[in-house]
Formats: sequence, C-alpha cells, structure tokens
Amino acid sequence: MRFMIIVHATARSEAGIMPGPDDGLMAEMAAYHEELVKAGVLLDANGLKPSSTGWRIRYQDGQRTIIDGPFAESKELIAGYTMIQVRSREEAMEWARRFPAPFGKQGDGGMIEVRQLFEEEDFAPQPGREEFKQIRAELQAQKAAQG
Amino acid sequence: MQEQIAAIWRIEAARLVGAVARVVRDIGLAEDLAQDALVQALERWPRDGLPEQPAAWLMTVAKRRAIDHLRAQALHAGKREELARELATLGLDHEADFAPALLDARERIDDDQLRLIFTACHPVLGPEARAALALKVLAGLSTTEIARAFLAQESTIAQRIVRAKRTLAAAGVGFEQPLAAERQARLASVLEVVYLIFNEGHAATDGPDWLRPALCDEALRLARQLAALMPDESEVLGLLALLELTAARLPARRDAKGRPVLLLEQDRTRWDRLLIHRGLETLERVHEPGAYGLQARIAACHARAVRAEDTDWLRIVALYDALAQIAPSPVVALNQAIAISMVRDQPGYGPAAALDLLDGLAQEKTLRAYPWLHGARADVLERLGRFTDARQACEAALALTRNAADRELLAARVERLDAYLASASAAASDNIFCINAKKRS
Repeated sequence: MRFMIIVHATARSEAGIMPGPDDGLMAEMAAYHEELVKAGVLLDANGLKPSSTGWRIRYQDGQRTIIDGPFAESKELIAGYTMIQVRSREEAMEWARRFPAPFGKQGDGGMIEVRQLFEEEDFAPQPGREEFKQIRAELQAQKAAQG
Repeated sequence: MQEQIAAIWRIEAARLVGAVARVVRDIGLAEDLAQDALVQALERWPRDGLPEQPAAWLMTVAKRRAIDHLRAQALHAGKREELARELATLGLDHEADFAPALLDARERIDDDQLRLIFTACHPVLGPEARAALALKVLAGLSTTEIARAFLAQESTIAQRIVRAKRTLAAAGVGFEQPLAAERQARLASVLEVVYLIFNEGHAATDGPDWLRPALCDEALRLARQLAALMPDESEVLGLLALLELTAARLPARRDAKGRPVLLLEQDRTRWDRLLIHRGLETLERVHEPGAYGLQARIAACHARAVRAEDTDWLRIVALYDALAQIAPSPVVALNQAIAISMVRDQPGYGPAAALDLLDGLAQEKTLRAYPWLHGARADVLERLGRFTDARQACEAALALTRNAADRELLAARVERLDAYLASASAAASDNIFCINAKKRS
C-alpha cells in the first residue's frame, strides 16, 4: 500500500525562503530519504515552489475560472510530498514518525499529513475475486488436510 | 502496539541480523539472537511505552545478546582474553558504543547488509530455500507470512528455513562479501531469488490464485534495496527496471470479473504511470544490459506503446536476438517467434514466418509440455485463418494448463473458435447452395 507524506506550507516556505546550508535541515531530509531508499520503500519525493508560481481553476456550473497564486492560508497549502510503498499502515506510521521536522527544530517546525492512496482493490467490487478467495480458502484447507 | 512493533521489526530486521551476524559470523544464530530482541520488545514496550528511538533500542539489545553469546562460548572454551581482543577489533568493547550504532558508520551498515544478502542467497542453497531465507532475514517476514505468501504450510516453511540455516553452517559459509572473482556468480544467485519471488507472485503456476501481489511487492522492495546498495551493478538495475515495468501492468492484468487479460488486450490506461516512470528511469542507468537489462528493455517497448498496435515489434525481435546471445533458451525463442508474428509488412516476419518457427520449437523436448507454445501456435493459426488447427492447438494448451484462470481463458478461446468454425461452415454451405442454385438456373 502507498502513502503520501504531505508537507504543509508555512509563511516562510510561501515566501520562498529556502533552508540555509548550515542549519542541517537539508542534510537531515537527505539522510531520511536515503534511509527510505535503502529500505526499498521510497517511490517519489518532491518539493513544491511557493503558490505564487501556481494557479487554481475553479469549476462552477460547467464554467472554468482561473485564479492566479499566491493563495492565502499557507497552512492549507502544500510545500512538498514523499510517497512511500509499505506493507502496513503501522509501517507507514513508523516511517512518518521518523520524518524530520520539515522546517527545522526551532519554533514552528511545520506540519506533515499522511494520506493513503487508493489501490486497485478499492475500486468496483470484483465478483471473481470473492470466488477466488473462496477457492483459495478451500485449496488451503485441502493442502492443510494433506499435510 | 503489537502491530506497531511488527512494523518496526520489519523495517529493522535486516539491519539487526546483519549487525549481529558480523559479531557471531553465523546468520542462523544471528537471526535467533535478533529475534530475542524482538521478544524483549514485545514484552516491554506494551508495558513501558514505545522508546524514543525504537530502532536503536532493538540494536542495543540484539548486540548485547550477541556479546553474551560470545562470552558464554569463550567461557566454555576458556578463551576469555581472545574474546576481549576480538571484541576490541569489532569496536564493541564498550557498551556505550552500541546506542548510536544506527546513526554512525552508515557504510558499515551497508556492508553488513550486502554480506547478509550474499549469505542468505548463497548458491549452496536451492532457490526455494534462498527465497524463504531472504524473505525471513532480509524482508523481515514471519514464517506465517511467508507460508501464506507461498500458499504453503507453516511447518514446511519453518523446516525449509531451519534446513537452510543448517546447510549454510555445514558448508562453512562465512559472513563475508564474495571475492571479486566470484562476485558475478554470487550476484546472479541473489538476483535469481528476487526474480523468483516476483514470478511466484506474478504468474503462480498452480491453482486459482494466479496473482499474489504481496509477493510482487516484496520482490520489488528487495530489488529496490539491492539497487540502493549496489547502484553501479548493471544487472541489479536491469532487474529492478524489469520488475518496476512488469509491476506497472499488474492493475490491468485482470478484468472486472477477475479473469486474466493478455498483455495486448489490456486497458493501458490502468497501467501504473509512476512505476513505468521509475522503470524507464532506472533503465536509463543500464549501459551494458545483461539478461535482466534486456528483458527490461523489452518490457520498456511495451510500456512506451500507448496502444498495443504502437508496439515496436521489430525492436523487440532484435532485443530477443541479443537475449538469445547471452541467455539462449527455448522460452526466449518462443517469445521471439511471437514478436516476429506481430511484425507487419516486412518480408520474413508475420504470422506465417512465426508458424514455421513455432513448429520447429514444438519439436523441442522442453517446450512440448509448455502450454504457452501451443497457445502461441493457436494465436498464429487463428490469424492465418486456420481455425480448425487453431482449435486443436488451443485444446493442447488447455490439456497442459493447471492454473484455473488460464484454463478459463483458453476454454473461452476454444468456444470462440467453435463459433467461428460454425459460422464458417454455415457460410460454406450457403456457398454450396448458391452454386447449386446457379447450376439450376
């Protein structure tokens, strides 16, 4: 299963202030992501430019309205994401727990949010699958009986 | 809490076993000692709460267990001083060194991981034993989980692992990375295991459960780990690219009723774009492809084709030529023949040329009992309009297939061919009627 660790924006990130090379944040982030790579769980990770470089399109009664950034309420904006593939929700939780404070250890270190991605299984019920499950259960019972 | 501990264990298992194995030089024993740390965590954490640094906690306990073990052994053999010297060379003479072990010496951890991988996948073990051991010590799966994944009995898997550990100990396999001279052969043995685990999930040969995504995920994860540890090994990257690209197609491999869908009939919009991107990106780093790299390039030809008819079959045929050079096999020849059958408007290609090749392959002993050969013949014959022969080939394939879903697919095909044959004979009798009518008039 896949999870997206979303880093919320802050006033600083929205102002385009990058973490300095000396505060160790970049190194910490890099080390964390290297751990993810070595564990074979990292799928993708990116930082996003401030919302001043983006735009929104609002749909209303079939009409599109384009609204240029920047947008207010920086906490509701996204500054980056890390997508991981793990075996369980608990594992995702553990990796999230190890995520470094995205904006440093002083003061407001930012906030991350973890969301699970939809998987194939989440879509339309597949009648065949239930059948398969049943046959598989029977097969396992058979094997167990033989063993 | 139990689930949480299991998750932490899974993340840390390989590192713990690797670190302990460096001390005790026996991965079977190392695994047992590392498991002791897990048992302690299961006892204490629910009571005392999760430690601030659970990984470091586990590492400290595991290493302490390792040293206790060595002390007991040394005491037994009266070799105390020797042990003290040995621990000093390992940098383990001060207990205070244990805790930060996770954060420092990243290179040492990588080295332990590589040793662990090469040891668990040692060629003295059969492929099945290697797969079980790899899932246990590298992926951190429990025996129960491995048994479930392979649809085997738990006792069977447990025995397989015990026997594998014993074989390694008996063969005197040290906890070392292979020497340069044997590195390629040993690496092949590692990659084979990952490939096998993926295949077991991808195309279960037996029974109704023909797709086991959990095994594919484990194999992918292992391949990603290997690529992180050996970023310059062409075949490691080739295998990773191959698995990413193949896994990308998994969501399209069955229809709404759970039946298998063949590659060329898949709804390509359901392919996983992220995995395709990862696969293609990894493939770009492969400069001298071996057998896996070439298969990945073939998979890339499919991944790049937005529609099945856009597939660059000529390039696929050429890639199979290259593959046959380094890893000739009847299955490669079969797949190449299928690719040749798909090339249009080129002399020497197309279904008729492919049929000659397939008929030649049908003489091969190894392929005679291979259902896909007959399936491929059925396909080519059908495209040549030889429905009766196609039906016969389909029946032959059906007789050789055990997998329930594949059987269903083939049975449906026989039915479809019957329908063609019925309509063809109806058309033929119409023709005769027409001719007779003409004669009469």
